[in-house]
Amino acid sequence: MSKVATRDAYGQALVELGGQYSDIIVLDADLSKSTKTAKFKETYPERFFSAGIAEANMMGVAAGLAAAGKVPFASTFAIFAAGRAFEQIRNSICYPDLNVKIAATHAGVTVGADGGSHQSIEDIALMRAVPNMTVLVPADGVSTAHLIKLAYQFAGPVYIRLGRTKVDTVYQKDDFFAIGEAKMVRDGKDATIIACGLMVQEALQAARELSLSGITTRVLDMATVKPLDIGAVLRAAKETKAIVTAEEHSIIGGLGSAVTSLLAEHHPVPVQMVGVRDRFGQSGDPAELLREYGLTADDIIAAVKKVISRK
Amino acid sequence: MSCRYTELADQALAMRRHIITMIGEAGSGHPGGSLSSADIVTALYFELMNIRPKNPNWPERDRFVLSKGHAAPVLYAALAMRGFFPLTKLKTLRKLGSPLQGHPDMQKLTGVEMSTGSLGQGFSAAVGMALAGQVDQQSYYTYAIIGDGELQEGQVWEAAMFAAHHKLRNLIVFLDFNGLQIDGQVECVMNVQPLPDKWQAFGWAVQQIDGHDLRAICGAVSQAKQEEQPSMIVAHTVKGKGVSFMENQAGWHGSAPSSEQVVHALKELEGR
Ligand SMILES: Cc1ncc(C[n+]2csc(CCOP(=O)(O)OP(=O)(O)O)c2C)c(N)n1
Ligand SMILES: [Mg+2]
Repeated sequence: MSKVATRDAYGQALVELGGQYSDIIVLDADLSKSTKTAKFKETYPERFFSAGIAEANMMGVAAGLAAAGKVPFASTFAIFAAGRAFEQIRNSICYPDLNVKIAATHAGVTVGADGGSHQSIEDIALMRAVPNMTVLVPADGVSTAHLIKLAYQFAGPVYIRLGRTKVDTVYQKDDFFAIGEAKMVRDGKDATIIACGLMVQEALQAARELSLSGITTRVLDMATVKPLDIGAVLRAAKETKAIVTAEEHSIIGGLGSAVTSLLAEHHPVPVQMVGVRDRFGQSGDPAELLREYGLTADDIIAAVKKVISRK
Repeated sequence: MSCRYTELADQALAMRRHIITMIGEAGSGHPGGSLSSADIVTALYFELMNIRPKNPNWPERDRFVLSKGHAAPVLYAALAMRGFFPLTKLKTLRKLGSPLQGHPDMQKLTGVEMSTGSLGQGFSAAVGMALAGQVDQQSYYTYAIIGDGELQEGQVWEAAMFAAHHKLRNLIVFLDFNGLQIDGQVECVMNVQPLPDKWQAFGWAVQQIDGHDLRAICGAVSQAKQEEQPSMIVAHTVKGKGVSFMENQAGWHGSAPSSEQVVHALKELEGR
């Protein structure tokens, strides 16, 4: 199975889209080699602008570009995009509903050795809370390429959360994707694992291992965290009667929160959340950190067993 | 050079050796900006700052904020060399569970006055520390180092205005003017010049020095202590200073040397 970092797929997708659509403008804040917008910069230097280390201004400039008819993609690390420039995103991009695409890389603890100051575990919560914002968290390189194109075609603000490390390729090139639609990547009847981003690979591994002990699980890739695919979540709750959520993010305000609030209102079933439990990240290598923060296939397996016991 | 400066120069060399060794060991980190700040940090920790490593929270101590937090190795080397923690800890840099996080973390390591890493924010915190000293009529000084790329953050200029407005004469800041950031030359990425003029216009006392001249660094601080305003010392530096293959190379901003490169670098940094 090939492994690709979603940030690399983003950089590649931008270059391809740039050739087709001349209204795309790319902005970056001194991290173009890391966010992979450098490829676009090499190919279309006249449509790439460095904002310098000034994320708040970058978001404001993106708003202006969008107001003047361009489709800006603004990139930096997730912590500086959703965090540093939060209020500019809220008031200059989402409030006026401007067509800005924010592609934020290095999300979650798999940033690794740079440590907790650079590991964004709150960005889904922040971006999800703002009206008009669409939040995408792709699981692999193939879906990233599709979702970047769909984000371009979509009218309105979109936040795309991307990772630093390589992840398993889950999809085939010509699989169908749509914003707002969960993808069932495996079916089962004992519980459903709803995951996004890198946790989809962990969920699939957990599902494979569980099946060896006779437990079958459905796995939903919730690449669109907002708007949530309500139908897919409610069907999973009704048909499998137990849900595990899995995200490389705080359990406060992220995918788990989105799923649990929906279920609490419409169809309460037992839920276990796999995610960061109200702690900051720290330095370490990505695999170690996934273990330290309870974000591995083994943690999902434990959560599935627990949730089934609560049925 | 008087013997005092000879001794400081030796400390600076030793600091550079620690920087290279620990980043090599960690396999990731930021050598370029650590090496460019090494002489300033040496002067601060071995000559200028009034600190008590055995009593690190002594209320009257001078404060230091490394606003360009990615240069953490230079701070860790200084703290270890001054006895805040054993030198052997340096090899835990960036490892799981280490107090030596990728960027300085005041909750994990004694001697770190402010957690930094998100550019622009440490400078504001330094302003706050100086303000507290002024409010309490304390005699301590607050020192900080900021990067030239870091100046692009709007927050820096908000803090600049605040410090001058409140006449924080107890605030002495070094600008590590090495001309480089990640994506290349500061001039090409987002020009920040004219520099002395900008700080003057914001109401700061400005000096320009060679940031690798220990005597000039110490002299600039004595001069700054005479001023009635906050001081910006524009220190002209070389990113990667002391390791020939790293000097003035943007590529060495955030990559670790291989074990062979560590050997080469250490050879260049041998003491006399
Ligand atoms: C708010 C923020 N944006 C982006 C980064 C990523 N980053 C780390 S170092 C760096 C370049 C810093 O350049 P400069 O201030 O000139 O530092 P130096 O050359 O002294 O290393 C960037 C963009 C960051 N740490 N914080
Ligand atoms: Mg610089």
